[in-house]
Amino acid sequence: MQATTAEASLRQIRADVSRRKILDQVFVIVGLLIMFSALLVLVILFLDLVQEGAPRLNWDFVNSFPSRKAERAGILSAWVGTSLIMLTTAGVSMPVGVAAAIYLEEYAPKNWMTAIIEINVTNLAGVPSIIYGLLALGLFVYQFNLGQSIAAAGLTLSLLILPIVIVATREALRAVPRAIREAAYALGATRWEVTAHHVLPYSTGGILTGMIIGLSRAIGETAPLITIGALSFIAFLPESPFKGEFPFLSFAWLKESYTAMPIQMFNWVSRPDPAFQVNAAAAGAILLGMTLLMNGVAIYVRYRFRKRINW
Amino acid sequence: MTPRPTVEAARSPANAEEALVVKSRAEGLSFHYGAVRALKDLNIEIREKRVTALIGPSGCGKTTFLRCFNRMHDPTPGTRYEGRIMLYPDALDLVSRGVDPIEVRMRIGMVFQKPNPFPKSIFENVAYGLRVRGMRSNARVEEEVERALRRAAIWEEVKDRLDNSGLSLSGGQQQRLCIARALATNPEILLFDEPTSALDPIATARIEELIAELRDQVTVIIVTHNMQQAARVSDYTAFMYLGELIEFDNTSKLFTNPSQKATEDYITGRYG
Repeated sequence: MQATTAEASLRQIRADVSRRKILDQVFVIVGLLIMFSALLVLVILFLDLVQEGAPRLNWDFVNSFPSRKAERAGILSAWVGTSLIMLTTAGVSMPVGVAAAIYLEEYAPKNWMTAIIEINVTNLAGVPSIIYGLLALGLFVYQFNLGQSIAAAGLTLSLLILPIVIVATREALRAVPRAIREAAYALGATRWEVTAHHVLPYSTGGILTGMIIGLSRAIGETAPLITIGALSFIAFLPESPFKGEFPFLSFAWLKESYTAMPIQMFNWVSRPDPAFQVNAAAAGAILLGMTLLMNGVAIYVRYRFRKRINW
Repeated sequence: MTPRPTVEAARSPANAEEALVVKSRAEGLSFHYGAVRALKDLNIEIREKRVTALIGPSGCGKTTFLRCFNRMHDPTPGTRYEGRIMLYPDALDLVSRGVDPIEVRMRIGMVFQKPNPFPKSIFENVAYGLRVRGMRSNARVEEEVERALRRAAIWEEVKDRLDNSGLSLSGGQQQRLCIARALATNPEILLFDEPTSALDPIATARIEELIAELRDQVTVIIVTHNMQQAARVSDYTAFMYLGELIEFDNTSKLFTNPSQKATEDYITGRYG
């Protein structure tokens, strides 16, 4: 009698558990479906671009200046321009963004002023990029007289991604446990020593990841560059940043005019000749490839640093 | 400067004649977190080269009190010290506004509740305090690191892998590494904040042994929620309750013949 009661209640528990686990399974399936459809769209887009641009996806295309003849046009000045702009953007937004994040996270007193700054930094990440373009047109192009230069473009995109860099850096800094800071303080370290010897080195992975995510946002930006006057037909390269003789580096390229990948694409897409559409697709595939490559680097960097440090 | 005070104290008849030196003394110490008064008018003498245990139920303020000794409350906004903690022989008031917390932490080391080695090599963990103090000579640093690791009874286990990450060690080893890290800078007082609460019984026993060995070399203050531990490792015990010091005495006296009813209730397990 007793045995059967126990058996009955056991059966009841099992029925109950399997009923509740159905919901669990349903969520897994729905989640997978949604994820795969998102990925599928990206893959189809990429394949479509590659397929359409296939006739032009070759070394000549990468190595040629733009031309009025679609079959001779290339993206040399565009990708060089994009690379130099990214270099400037990284060079400006990294130190400024990381320093701002360190100040906000480690130094700033927690009061209403910092609360307002924090909220606004987050809000800035959502400002449409054309607004940054207009600001830069007034400030960098006219006020600072930078004109249609790589420097102006780099500074504009730096502004655009600064909020992303600051937010990502703060997250990375915050991930360093309090116990580690306390250990360093207890040994007599100053606030700067705690930051420079411990907090920053341990959060490098997160900071670099945020930086690269920011740059991959910047690399595709078109609107602000059009606003500040990027050219779409450039048949020369800016002066190389590397020199054969001392001091080996040159910054003359900062003042030169430029074009960039998305600008070049936009220009080709808006032409009536269908041959240029092929060029646009090929350039699109290469731009998308550059972005995916940067994200890949971000993932690798994060993986490398996580492996060394796990709390 | 006040003359260095001494007290006649007896732990056992054997050293009854020994004159013990006061290393530190809290005088009317109160501590505030914003509007909350977490410590109330504490008066206690810490004797040099002895182990003083702070016991009491959770939330009684024992850790708060411990962290006053090396000013670990300072980075938390809205905290305030009242009264004094004198450090001898130079009669320095540790919690005075005019005394730099960095200076205090250069002289008073701390070991935390959870082992918290830096994600650096074992060697660099121990060397960090020396580097902060500006020790540049690698030979000196190596010498001091080895000495500290030996004092923390972990040298034999790590001497062949000083370049490995401090995080590669087991929990008990990590905690001894943290003790070595604190010892490397020759602190005058070493603070332990429940150092074994995250460790298994075997690792705990090793840490307790180590504290007993350190007794002759450094003044120790240890917070513990484990009364047996206090009885095993300490010479003096302070019982705290609701931010107040209820009783402070020789450990053997406090555990066998407490003078306060509250102490007796706590050590016999009636609350806590």
